[in-house]
Amino acid sequence: MSFDIAVMQAFNGLSLFTVLALMALGLAIIFGLMGVINMAHGELMAMGAYTTYLTAVVFERLAPTLLSVYLPIAVVLAFTVTFAFGLGLERSFIRFLYHRPLDTMLATWGLSLILQQSFRSLFGPREVGVPSPSWLRGAWQPMGGISIPLSRLFIIGLTVVVGCALYRLLFATRWGLRIRAVTQNRAMSGAVGIDTARVDAVTFAIGSGLAGVAGSAFTMFASTGPVTGQQYIVDTFIVVVFGGVESLLGTFLSAFTIAQMQSWLEFMLTGSMAKASILLCVIVALYFRPAGLFAAKVRR
Amino acid sequence: MMLSRRTFLKGTTAAAVATVSTAPFMWPRGGWAQGTVKIGILHSLTGTIAIAEASVVDAEKLAIEEINASGGVMGRKIETIVEDGASDWPTFAEKARKLLDRDKVAAIMGCYTSASRKATLPVVERSKGLLYYPTYYEGLEQSPNIMYTAQEATQSVIAAVNWLAQHKGKSFYLIGSDYIWPRTTNKIAKPTIEKAGGKVLGEDYIPLGNVEFASVINKIKAQKPEVILSTVVGGSNVAFYKQLQAAEINGKNQALLALAVSEEEASGIGTENLEGFLSCMGYFQSLKGGSNDKFVKAFKAKYGGNRVVGDTLECGYISVYLWKMAAEKAKSFDVPAVVAASSELEIDAPEGKVKFHKLNHHLWKHARIGSFRKDGQIDMIYESPLIEPNPFPKI
Repeated sequence: MSFDIAVMQAFNGLSLFTVLALMALGLAIIFGLMGVINMAHGELMAMGAYTTYLTAVVFERLAPTLLSVYLPIAVVLAFTVTFAFGLGLERSFIRFLYHRPLDTMLATWGLSLILQQSFRSLFGPREVGVPSPSWLRGAWQPMGGISIPLSRLFIIGLTVVVGCALYRLLFATRWGLRIRAVTQNRAMSGAVGIDTARVDAVTFAIGSGLAGVAGSAFTMFASTGPVTGQQYIVDTFIVVVFGGVESLLGTFLSAFTIAQMQSWLEFMLTGSMAKASILLCVIVALYFRPAGLFAAKVRR
Repeated sequence: MMLSRRTFLKGTTAAAVATVSTAPFMWPRGGWAQGTVKIGILHSLTGTIAIAEASVVDAEKLAIEEINASGGVMGRKIETIVEDGASDWPTFAEKARKLLDRDKVAAIMGCYTSASRKATLPVVERSKGLLYYPTYYEGLEQSPNIMYTAQEATQSVIAAVNWLAQHKGKSFYLIGSDYIWPRTTNKIAKPTIEKAGGKVLGEDYIPLGNVEFASVINKIKAQKPEVILSTVVGGSNVAFYKQLQAAEINGKNQALLALAVSEEEASGIGTENLEGFLSCMGYFQSLKGGSNDKFVKAFKAKYGGNRVVGDTLECGYISVYLWKMAAEKAKSFDVPAVVAASSELEIDAPEGKVKFHKLNHHLWKHARIGSFRKDGQIDMIYESPLIEPNPFPKI
C-alpha cells in the first residue's frame, strides 16, 4: 500500500469515528439515564435530515444567493425540531413506559414504523436530493495523490463542537449535575429534591436533538429518504452497547475502536465481510464483558 | 306455512355455500361480470422497496386508463384491483393468492425484487394464474405462468461489458450490493470481461443499505481501474455517488457504468454527482420516437410535469399492452391461450419494437448505454441490436 492511500485510509478511520460518535451520543445519554432503548432514534435522525432538506428548499425558493450558508442554519433547525419532538414524545408517551424496558422497545419500534410511513406520505417514497453547499463539495488536496473530502472535515468539526458542548453541559452546569446525579442514583436524587421527571424529559429531548444534528450532517454524504434511519440504527446500537451504556467516554472509545476496525477491514476484505467480522468481535467482547467494554463501575 | 328463523337461515346458508363452492366452475377466470375484465396490480406501496416500486403502479394504471378510454379489451373495460405487497415477501404471496382465487383476475402486473417474485411464483403456478414481471433481473428462471417484460442479466451486462472494453478500457473494478442480482450479474460479467481481453482488478460487495463507502473508494483509488462497473442499488447509491464526488472521482476523470441507476434515482442522488457517468438500461426517457413521446407526454399530463420515467416504469406500461394484445390475438382471457398467443408477439413500445421470444417468456430487447446529463436525463450513446433473451446462460 502506498503512502497516500495509507494517509487517506487513516483519515477514513478518523472520519468514521466522528460519524459513529455523532450518531451514538444521543442514544447513549438516553439509554444511560433512563434505560430506555429508543428504537426510533434512526427516524429522529431522518427527521433532522428532512428538516435540512426543507431548509434547503426554502432557501432555494426565497434566497438562492444565500444557499451557501443554509447548512449551519439547517443544523440548528434540525436540533430545534427534533428537540421539541423529543420533549413532546417523552411527555405524552415514553414516561408511561418507564421500568418496562421490553414494552418501550416495542412501542418505540412501532413509533419508528409510524414515522417512516409519515415521511413516505409527506415526502414520497423516493429519496430527496439535499444540495451540498459549494464550499463543501470536492476535496482538500494537501499534496499530490492525497485528497481529503471537505464534507468529512465538516462532520469532524461538528462532532468536536457537539462533543465539547455536551461535555460542558454535563460537567459544568447545574443541569448537567442533575442529569449525572439521576443517572447514578435515581432514588437518592429524588430524595434530595431533584425533579427527576423533568430531568428525564429534558435529557430525552437533548438526546433527540443530537439525533437531529447527526441526521442533518449526514445528508452531506448519505441519502435522505423514509428509511434513512434504518441505515444508521444498527451501527448506533452496536456502538452504544459495545461501549457500555452508562459512560459517554465509553461511547467515544467504542466508536473509535469500531471505526478503526471497520475502515481497515473494509480495505482488506469486502464490505460485507468487514461488517460480519465486526459483529463477531462485538459478540465475543460482550460475552466476556456483558456490561460493555468501558462500563463505568457503579455501586448498585 | 310459517318459515322459522332457523330453517330460513339453514336454507340460505346452504344456498350460499353451494354458490360459493361451485363458483369457480360457473365463472371462468376473468369473470363474466357485465362487460369488465379484472387486472390485479401487486407492488409495494409501503415499506423499504416502495422507493422503487410505487411509481411502477402509476405507469400500469396509465396503460389501463388508456386502454379503457379506447374501448377496453375485446369490448370489455378493465377493472383494476391494486394490492400492497408492503415490501414483505409473504405478503406478496398472500395478496397474489387473494387476487387470483378471490378476485379471479385475468392477470397480475407485479413484483419488483426477485425475492418477491420467488415468493409469488408458487402461488401463481398453483392457481394457474398469469404474472407480468416488469423489472430487470438476474435471469435463471422461467415459469409457465410468468411473462418477463424487462431485461434479464445477459441482455444488459454482456453488451455493456463489450462496449466498455472497446471504448473505455480493459481493467475493471466490480462493486455491488450484497445480494443475488449483483452477484449473478458479476458472475456473467467476469468471463465476459476476460473474453473481451480485459481483467478484473477487484470485486467488492457491500451490505444492502450501507452508506459508508470511503474505504471502498480508497481501494478503487489504489487499484486505478479504467472502468468501474456498479451494481449498487437503492439508498446506498446516493451515498456512493456523493462520496465519489467528494473524493474527486467524477464523470470527467473516471469511466463508471451503473446497471441499476435510472433517471428516477437521479434527483435523489443529486444530478451534479452523476453527470458524465454511464447507465445501461433497455429504455431511457430521452429516446426519440413517436410512441415514446406519446408515453412520456401522457405520463406527465397525468402525474405532473416534474415526474420522470425510467426503465421499470416503461416495462410496467408495456406489460399491460402485451397482455391486451395477447388476449385479443387468442380471443380469450384463459391463461394458457394468452400465454400461447404471447409467443413471438411484437409490440411497438416506447423503447422501440420488441417481441416475446418463441419459447422462454422473455422479450427480445435492446441494450442501451447512455451518459447522465446535468439535468438528470440520459443521452444515449450506444444502442445494441435486439438481443435474444437467454435466462439460463452457459458460462
